[in-house]
Amino acid sequence: MRPIREGLFTWPAERPELLGSRCTDCGEVTFPAQADCRRCGGRDCRVEPIGHRGTLWSWTVQRFLPKPPYASGETEETFRPYGVGYVELPSGVKVEARLTENRPERLVIGMPMRLVVAPFRTDPESGEVILGFYFAPEEDEEEAA
Amino acid sequence: MSEVAIIGIGLHPFGRTPDKSGQQQGAEAVRRALADAGVSWKEVQFAYGGSQDAGNADALVNELGLTGLQFTNVWNGCATGGSALHAGCAAIASGEYELGVVVGFDKHPRGAFNPRPADWGLEDWYGELGLMLTTQFFAMKIQRYMHEHGITEEALVRVAEKAFRNGALNPYAWRRTPLSREEIAQSPLVSDPLRKYMFCNPAEGGAALVLASAARARRHTTKPLWVRAAVVRTRRYGSFEVFSPSLAATVTDAPTVDAARTAFERAGIGPEEVDVIQLQDTDSGAEIIHMAECGFCAHGEQEKLLAEGATEIGGRMPVNTDGGCLANGEPVGASGLRQVHEICLQLRGQAGARQVPGGPRVGFTHVYGAPGLSGVTLISR
Repeated sequence: MRPIREGLFTWPAERPELLGSRCTDCGEVTFPAQADCRRCGGRDCRVEPIGHRGTLWSWTVQRFLPKPPYASGETEETFRPYGVGYVELPSGVKVEARLTENRPERLVIGMPMRLVVAPFRTDPESGEVILGFYFAPEEDEEEAA
Repeated sequence: MSEVAIIGIGLHPFGRTPDKSGQQQGAEAVRRALADAGVSWKEVQFAYGGSQDAGNADALVNELGLTGLQFTNVWNGCATGGSALHAGCAAIASGEYELGVVVGFDKHPRGAFNPRPADWGLEDWYGELGLMLTTQFFAMKIQRYMHEHGITEEALVRVAEKAFRNGALNPYAWRRTPLSREEIAQSPLVSDPLRKYMFCNPAEGGAALVLASAARARRHTTKPLWVRAAVVRTRRYGSFEVFSPSLAATVTDAPTVDAARTAFERAGIGPEEVDVIQLQDTDSGAEIIHMAECGFCAHGEQEKLLAEGATEIGGRMPVNTDGGCLANGEPVGASGLRQVHEICLQLRGQAGARQVPGGPRVGFTHVYGAPGLSGVTLISR
C-alpha cells in the first residue's frame, strides 16, 4: 500500500493527519504543503501536521463519472457517486476532500468530520493498493465503536 | 480611458455546428461584425482574440485574408473575451490605432471540462482523486451561499426557468425550448444542489466586435456605443475559487467584486444606473451570487427579487436577456463577447422579441471562471 502522493498525510500512522505548511513569516497555514506562501510571498514555509478533525464547511455529491485525469479505475457501470466537501480544520484552513458519505440527507454544514486514509484504487500493473484521504462524519466512528 | 466605440457586432450561432471548425465560426462572427460596421477586413489595423479548445485566433487570417495586421492571440481562461476586449480598448485609447477587431470562439468536446492539473499549477493527485471539476466548485459555492444567505432551491429553479424562457426568444441561442418549473426541479442532480437544467454545457460558437476611436467611429455610424470600462481582475488570497485544494482561514471577496467595483468607479456609473445586465451563469447559483457580488443587490436579497420577477426582461433589473450561458452553452473563448453582443443589441433597440422596454441606455457584462478571474464591461449609448 502507498499514498497517492507522499507528503499529503502522515503515513504509516495509527491516526493519520493531513500535512500542510505554515509560513514562518505570517503564520498562514495551507494545504497541500508548499514552499512559498501565497498570502505574503514568504519563501520559508515549514511542513507540519494540520489536523485530522474538523467541521464540514460546504459539500456536494459528484454524480457522474469524471473524465480523466480522474483515475479511480471505475467504469460507467461500476461508478458510485461520491461526496466532496471542504472541511474546516482548527487553524481555519478549509481542505477539499472526498467524503466517505454520499447521501445528501446525512451531510449538513457544520457537522464534525474526521480524516480517514483508505484504499482509492489498485494499480493495474503492480497490483499495489493506492491510498487516498477522505473525511467521514464523526458519528460514523461512534456507531462503529 | 479615452473614448472607445463599438461600431460593429457579430455572432455565430451558439450550440453545436458539426460541419464547421471553431475557427470557421470565429471567422464568421468577424465577417458579420465587419458587415455590421460597414468596414472591410483590409481596413482593420489590429486584432485580439482567442479560444480554449479551437486553436489560435491568429489563424483566422487564413479565412479573412493575410493583410499583415497586428494580430495577438489571447488566452486567459474564462476571461479570454474580456481580456481581448480590454487589450483592444487599450490599443485604441493609447492612440496607437483607430480601428480593430476582438474575437472569441470555441468548440469543446461534449461533457464537463477535464483540465490537466499541471496547466493550472496543481499536482496530478488532485485530478486523479476526482476533485478537479468546475461543477463541484459551483455546487459547493452555492451550497455555502444558500446556508449563509437563506437562498432556496426555488430560487435556483427560477433562474433556470428564466434562462430557457429568454433563450426561446433568441434565434441565436442553443436551447430555445422553455422548460417548466417541474421539469427543472425534477431533472437529475448533477452536483448537489444543482440539477441538470441548472448547469450550462460546454458548447461551440463565435462572437466578434469592431472597435474604433471616437473620430473613426463617427465616420461609420451616427449611433456608436461606448465602452465605459473594461476590467479584468484575478483572485486575491482568501477568495473561494475554482480548483482550490484548500481555502484560506479568512475568506475574502471574489475577483468579481473587485472587477465590478473598479469598472463602476472608472465609468463613474453606479449599479442603479444600469438598465440591462449580463452575468456569468455557469449554473443557476452563479447568477444569484453574481447579482450581489457585482453590486446589484445585497446578499440574500436575490430570493425576493427573483420571486418578484425583477430580473425578467420586463423587470427593473433584467439579467441575461439572451438566455445566458444556460440557454447558449459556454464556448469559453466566445462567451464574454456574446454577452457584449447582447448588450449592444439591447442598447441599439435591436433585440427583437426580447428587447428590454424603455430604451435602455447603460449595459453591464460579467464573466467569472477558471482559474478564479473575472471580466466586467460597462457599455453605454
